[in-house]
Amino acid sequence: MKRIIPMWIAIIGGFAMMLSSFVPLAESAGEVFADIFNVVAAIAFVLGAGSLAKQHLEKLSRREAGWGYSVVTLGSFIVTLFIGMFKIGVHPNPNFPQAAYSGSNDAEGSAWSWIYEYMLTPLTSTMFALLAFFVASAAFRAFRAKNTEAILLLVTAFIMLLGRTFAGVVLTGWFPEWASGLRLENFSIYIMQVFNTAGNRAIMIGIALGVAATGLRILFGIDRSWLGGGEA
Amino acid sequence: MSAANFNNTNASALPWFERLDRIDRRWIFLLMFLAVSGPILWIGVTGKTLPEAPTLAARAVFQEIDQLPARSLVLISIDFDPTSAGELQPMATSLVRQCAAKNLRMVFIALWPLGSQVAQQTIQEVIRDDYPALKEGDDFVNMGFQAGNEAVMKLLLTDFAKAFPKDSRGEAASNIPILNSVKSVTDFPLLISVSAGYPGSKEWVQYVISAHNEKMNFVSGCTGVNAPQLYPYFPQQIAGLLGAIKGAAEYESMVNSSLAVEGVVTPPKYSQAQRRMGPQLVAHLFMVGLIIVGNINFFARKRRGAA
Repeated sequence: MKRIIPMWIAIIGGFAMMLSSFVPLAESAGEVFADIFNVVAAIAFVLGAGSLAKQHLEKLSRREAGWGYSVVTLGSFIVTLFIGMFKIGVHPNPNFPQAAYSGSNDAEGSAWSWIYEYMLTPLTSTMFALLAFFVASAAFRAFRAKNTEAILLLVTAFIMLLGRTFAGVVLTGWFPEWASGLRLENFSIYIMQVFNTAGNRAIMIGIALGVAATGLRILFGIDRSWLGGGEA
Repeated sequence: MSAANFNNTNASALPWFERLDRIDRRWIFLLMFLAVSGPILWIGVTGKTLPEAPTLAARAVFQEIDQLPARSLVLISIDFDPTSAGELQPMATSLVRQCAAKNLRMVFIALWPLGSQVAQQTIQEVIRDDYPALKEGDDFVNMGFQAGNEAVMKLLLTDFAKAFPKDSRGEAASNIPILNSVKSVTDFPLLISVSAGYPGSKEWVQYVISAHNEKMNFVSGCTGVNAPQLYPYFPQQIAGLLGAIKGAAEYESMVNSSLAVEGVVTPPKYSQAQRRMGPQLVAHLFMVGLIIVGNINFFARKRRGAA
C-alpha cells in the first residue's frame, strides 16, 4: 500500500497535468493538481527542516568529525526560525494596527531583515567569491595543452577571458572593419551564439528525450525507483 | 610560506620548472587578491569605469523595456539569492530603474525563498529612494515568494491570484489596484526574469513563454554559468539577454546614458556592474598569465622528460 498509493497519485496527477496542456476540458484538473503540488511543496520545507535537524543531531550525538559545525548549523537554524516565526522586531501592518503579528518579516527594521542584510548576504557572497581563488589555482595546475582537444579548449578559454573584458577591445580593436568579426569581443559572442548554441541545443534535445522517456515510464508505472525502498 | 612549503627540503637545488610546479597555492591566492583589490580601490578612489560597447542581446533588453507605453504592466521575477547578487543585483537594480523611469507598473515575484528579500531591497534602493512618487499597490507591488517552482509557473498561466494570493505586506491580491486587470501571467506584456539557476529563465521559457510568446515578451538576466544554456533561446523565446556582469555592465551603461542629466553625477549604486568590470579585467588577465606560465612549465618538464 505504501508504494501503490503514491504510484497512483503520480500516475493520475501526471496524466492530468499532461492532458491540461493539450485538452481544454482537462485544464481545471491540471489547476487542481498544480494547487495540490504547491501545498506539497510547502510541506517539503517542513520535511527539509526535520531532515536537517535529524542529520546534525545525529552527528552531534556521535561526536563525529566536524560536529562543531553542526552546532553552528543547528544554532543558526533555531535562532532564524524563532525570529522568523515570532516576527521579532516586526511592526504591525498599518491596515491592522491591533494585530501584533500582521507585519511582514521583509519589512525594514525587522530582525529577519537584519540577519539577511548583515549575515546572510556577506556570508553567501564571500563563499561565492572564494571561487575566484580556487579557479585561479586550478587554471595554473590543470589547464595544460596536453592534446588537440585541450588546445582547442585553451584557445576558446583565452578568447572568452579576453573578449568578455576591455582587454579584447585594446588588443584587437584596431582590426579593420572587414575583419571586425575577428575582434575578440565579437568573436567571443560568435562562439557563444554558434558553437555553444549548437552544442547546447544538442544536449537539450537529448535531455528532453530522456526526460520524456523517463516521464512516460513513471506515468505507466514501469519505473518505480522514485518510490525508494530499493525495489526498482 | 618558505622552504617548509615545498615537499623537498632541498628545493633550491631543483630546476626552475620543478620549483614553479610546487609553488604554494597561497601565493596564487595572494596574487589573485591583489589583482582584484587593486582595481576595486582604484575605481573607488577615481570613480572612473571602463567604456562598454553594448552587444545585440543587451541592446534588445533595453529596447524591449523602452518600447513599452507608460503604465504598462511588467512582471519581474527575482529568481536569485545573495549568493549570486554580485553578478545579478546590478542587473536587477538597472532593470527596475529603467522601468521606474519609464513609469511602468511593476509586479515583483520570487521563486527562490530569499528572492522576496532581494526584491524588497531593490524596491527600497531604487523606487523608494529615487522615485518616491510611485505608490505601493498602484505602481509597484512585491508579491513575495511562492514555493513550487514550475507548478507556480503553470498556476500563473491560469490564475495569478491563486499562485500569489497576498503581497509581502499581507494585502490580499484582490485588494491591490495594480492587479485589477491581471487574470493570468499572459496579461503582462513583458516578463523579466533575473535568474541564477533553477527555477529561473530556462523554466520560464519551457513552461510559459514557449506556448505564449505571441502574447508576451520575455527578457532575462543570468549568471555567467547559466548564459551558455540560455543563448539557444535568444532571440526567439528570449527577446533580450544579459549574460553575467559583462551583460549587466553593457545594459547599465545604456540605462545610465539614457537617464543622464547634464551636470549630475550618476550615483555609484547605478554603476556597480561597470565598476566591477575593472577587477574582472585584471583577474582575467591574471588567469591568462597563470595558464601561460603553467603551460610553459608543463612543456619544460616534458622536454626534460619529467612530465
